[in-house]
Amino acid sequence: MAIFSVYVVNKAGGLIYQLDHYAPRADTEKTFSFPLDLVLRPHDERVVVAFGQRDGIRVGHAVLAINGAEVNGRFTADGKDVLEFLSNPANYPVSIRFGRHRLSSNEKLMLASMFHSLFAIGSQLSPEVGSSGIEMLETDTFKLHCFQTLTGIKFVVLADPRQAGIDALLRKIYEIYSDFALKNPFYSLEMPIRCELFDQNLKLALEVAEKAGPFGPGS
Amino acid sequence: SRELFVITYGALVAQLCKDYEKDEDVNTCLDRMGYGIGVRLIDDFLARSAVKKCRSYSETADMIAQVAFKMYLGVTPSVSCSSAAGNEFSLILDKNPLVDFVEELPAERASLCYCNLLCGVIRGALEMVHLAAEVTFLQDRLKGDAVTEIGITFLRKAEDRKQKRN
Repeated sequence: MAIFSVYVVNKAGGLIYQLDHYAPRADTEKTFSFPLDLVLRPHDERVVVAFGQRDGIRVGHAVLAINGAEVNGRFTADGKDVLEFLSNPANYPVSIRFGRHRLSSNEKLMLASMFHSLFAIGSQLSPEVGSSGIEMLETDTFKLHCFQTLTGIKFVVLADPRQAGIDALLRKIYEIYSDFALKNPFYSLEMPIRCELFDQNLKLALEVAEKAGPFGPGS
Repeated sequence: SRELFVITYGALVAQLCKDYEKDEDVNTCLDRMGYGIGVRLIDDFLARSAVKKCRSYSETADMIAQVAFKMYLGVTPSVSCSSAAGNEFSLILDKNPLVDFVEELPAERASLCYCNLLCGVIRGALEMVHLAAEVTFLQDRLKGDAVTEIGITFLRKAEDRKQKRN
C-alpha cells in the first residue's frame, strides 16, 4: 500500500477525520531463554527494543504481549513491571510478541494539533509575505503532504516517497469532503466526520491514486 | 432541474410567509438559511473552481460575480464599485433565475426580499474565508425597480488574518 494515512484537521487544529490505509505490519512472536539478548528500555508508556535487532524484531518495536497475554503499557496483564519480570530467570522460557506500536486515537489527536501549530509557525517564518505553510515533509520512509484550503481546513496525506499524484489526490479529497461531508445536512462543521459516504468515496479515491502513480513495493 | 430548484425556492418562501406575519421575520429567516448554505457552499466552490486567494476586495467581488454566480445560477451579474474606500460593491443582475415564475410581490408583502437567501449565502461564504461583509438588496425588480442590485459592504478585515491564515 503506497498511501499510508489521511488526516483532516479543522480550523482550530483538532483532528476531525483519520484513516489508516496501510496493511497491518506483522508482529513477531518468539520464545526466549534467559538471558535475553535484546536490550529493552522503557519509552513513554511502553517497553521498546533499543538494541539487538534480529529475526524480524527491529529496534523500536514494542513489547505487545508476554506469554500470550497482552501487556498494559509497562506492566504485564497481572500488574507486574515488564522489565522486572524479564530480568528474573525464574520466569523463563518466556514467549514475547514484538511489533510496531500502532498510534492510539489520543496520540493521533495530539500529533494533529502539533502539526497544526507547526504549520502556523512555518507560514510565519517565511521570508516572503503570504506563504502557503508546510506543503511537504519528507523523510526516508514516507512523505507527508499537506494542503490547506482557503477556509482553513487542512488535508494531510502520508504516502510512500515514490508515490506521485498526491497533489491531485489532495484536491480530490477536498472535493469529496465538500460533497459528502459538507452537503450532509446532519454534519456540523468542524466536528468529527462520521459520514459513510465520505469514507467510501475516500477509500475509492485512494485506490485510484495508488493504481495511477508509480510506486514500489510498499510495506 | 433548474426549474425544480426555482419552484422549490418559491415553495419555501411561500411557506415562510404563511409561518411568519412580518416581512422582516421572513427576510431574517431567509438570510439565516442562506448563511447556513453559504458556509458549506464555499468549500464546494473552492474545490471545484480551484481559484487562488483573492488579494483585494474588488478581486473578491469579481470572483463572486463572474465565477460563483455563473457556476451556481448560470448568470453573470456585473460588478461596480460604489465607494471611494473600495469596500462597497454592487452586483447588478439583469436576469435572476430565482424569480422566473414570480410576477410581482403580493400587496401585503411589499417589503419582502424574495431572494434574501442569496444575501445570506454570500455573507456566509465570505465569512468562511475570513472576510466579514454585509450583504443586502439595494434594488429589487420585484419591488418595481429597474434592476436587481445586491450590495456587498466589506467590513474591517478579520483580526487573526495575519496569524493563522496563509
